[in-house]
Amino acid sequence: MSVQIWTYLFIFLSFGLYILIALWSKAGSTHDFYVAGGGIHPLTNGMATAADWMSAASFISMAGLISFLGRDGAYYLMGWTGGYVLLALLLAPYLRKFGKFTVPAFIGDRYYSQSARLTAVFCAIVISFVYVCGQMQGAGIVFSRFLEVDITTGVVIGMAIVFFYAVLGGMKGITYTQVAQYCVLIFAYMVPAIFLSLMMTGNPIPQLGFGSELTPEYGGGYLLDRLDGLSRELGFGTYTEGQKSTQDVFFITAALMFGTAGLPHVIIRFFTVPTVRDARKSAGYALVFIAILYTTAPALAAFSKTNLLDTVNNAQYSTMPSWFSTWERTGLITFNDKNGDGRIQYVGNAEVNELTVNRDIMVLANPEIAQLPNWVAALVAAGALAAALSTASGLLLVISTSISHDLIKRCLRPHTSEKEELNFARIAIFIAVLIAGYFGINPPGFVAEVVAFAFGLAAASFFPAIVLGIFYSRMNKHGAVAGMVAGFTFTAAYIIYFKFINPTMSNPEHWWFGISPEGIGTLGTLLNLAVALVVCRFTAEPPFEVQEIVRNIRLPGEHV
Amino acid sequence: MSDRNARSYWKANIRIVLILLCIWFFISFVCGILLADFLDNFRVGGFKLGFWMAQQGSIYGFVILIFVYIRLMDKLDHQYKLDQNETADKPHAALSTNVDTEVSQ
Repeated sequence: MSVQIWTYLFIFLSFGLYILIALWSKAGSTHDFYVAGGGIHPLTNGMATAADWMSAASFISMAGLISFLGRDGAYYLMGWTGGYVLLALLLAPYLRKFGKFTVPAFIGDRYYSQSARLTAVFCAIVISFVYVCGQMQGAGIVFSRFLEVDITTGVVIGMAIVFFYAVLGGMKGITYTQVAQYCVLIFAYMVPAIFLSLMMTGNPIPQLGFGSELTPEYGGGYLLDRLDGLSRELGFGTYTEGQKSTQDVFFITAALMFGTAGLPHVIIRFFTVPTVRDARKSAGYALVFIAILYTTAPALAAFSKTNLLDTVNNAQYSTMPSWFSTWERTGLITFNDKNGDGRIQYVGNAEVNELTVNRDIMVLANPEIAQLPNWVAALVAAGALAAALSTASGLLLVISTSISHDLIKRCLRPHTSEKEELNFARIAIFIAVLIAGYFGINPPGFVAEVVAFAFGLAAASFFPAIVLGIFYSRMNKHGAVAGMVAGFTFTAAYIIYFKFINPTMSNPEHWWFGISPEGIGTLGTLLNLAVALVVCRFTAEPPFEVQEIVRNIRLPGEHV
Repeated sequence: MSDRNARSYWKANIRIVLILLCIWFFISFVCGILLADFLDNFRVGGFKLGFWMAQQGSIYGFVILIFVYIRLMDKLDHQYKLDQNETADKPHAALSTNVDTEVSQ
């Protein structure tokens, strides 16, 4: 069977499964719709959180990014997993004890002010929208490459599926679909990785394989030594050594960690478990499920980079295998024979280099490069879609709850009945799906850039405000709002300046302290903290009831 | 729970969190970034140690940290009898302030 037929089969089966789950888990109340009734088992929630968290970017792009960054790629790995330690130790149990539906609800109640609530609603919606557009676009790309339908049709199919289970089931539907999606995506990610590892090193565990010796067909010797040698020879710099400045790697890692811990769609998952203890456990399970993919990604990166360099380095263009021309047609590989010798020069020096390789193909083309069976390639397509749709649904729920609960119910129309609120939530999700779909079809050229934006903003706005709200009972609304506004504005201004207004200036010479826009969220976080603490010193302490809330969330159990 | 008990529970909690966060910082920022070049002088199989910490070890460390946290907190909750009658509280009920704490104020 051809890859295409396999792909149709897998996508049909997986989508059928998602629809069945949606029909089975209909939400009857806002409590169901927002937090799945609060009765999700921590293991189930951990799996759902993992799918919620691992987006199209983690699945499709991350291994490729690492293969081009070498050791520095670790900032994605550490940043996107280390954030869970912060989440588990500093946020999840306390927010679960607080027991509301959304992040803006916590900010609004803890800081006893509508302006704090509205600031949080604004941040949550901006962050989630930026993200969801990327997911829709990812879904579109997979459809168009593997099924050869056009991107519009692909996005519309994706939208219809997400719409169906998110509108019908809310958090309840989303949770159980995410569990299914996790299984699909992790299986799809691991199969090619295990195949590659076996083929190249004879070790079935990719995490160990990339530290092992190559099989004789691949020339023997440790894989990483070989990769280092090849990269050095071609002028790319040693793979296992850092290329970026230490302080930049440090700041980017920190920004991604704080951002991870401050992302509303991840935080709300912890409202769905029954107890505080379950919230802690579920953070642990979530990280285990995430770590399976995140420890495989660097192995995959090393395997595919070695494979790629081995295949193309100084090879005759006319003798390239068929995958080369397939991906050349999609524009993800481009070859420009500058010196006209008919051979491929793939080197670090930009003037001599003749080949450009898009990072995304490292995962998408792996099955073909390694000549794996057709069903593996189709599986990767289904996995990438699962990753994109699961994250999209979590984000859409944040947008919908921010609007129906925090904006309409808590600010504009306090007398809204539960039934009306549920309707508003469904309408909000519907509109959000349409807008996200529109941006998926007509992606603004800057989707990739704005991801840094989302993390930076989450790090500089939510993370400090929530942590201070829990750990510093003296923190008042003046301090929190001033801190959020300062952190948000500073981070946004720095990113907008270097990414959009003056991109030519975006280099270490002009960056403050050598910190790239991706890492500036860390400074934003520190600024937020500093401003909040100073302003708080000079303003009245929060009312007694609020300090009482803080005392209450610090103790697990109901009988405080 | 009395106010004094609540305070000492919180203190113990903070201690656990601080210690674990120090380890968190050490395995990621110190071993994976600041000392990575130095650790690269040592090898484990085909891995240079600094590279391995950055791309593998730190992640395993994070997982272990969270499970240690879960264990320590379970023990602490048990010690302060906070793990009893912890029921699936309705989200709406959480805000209700507690009489016990107010009396001891």
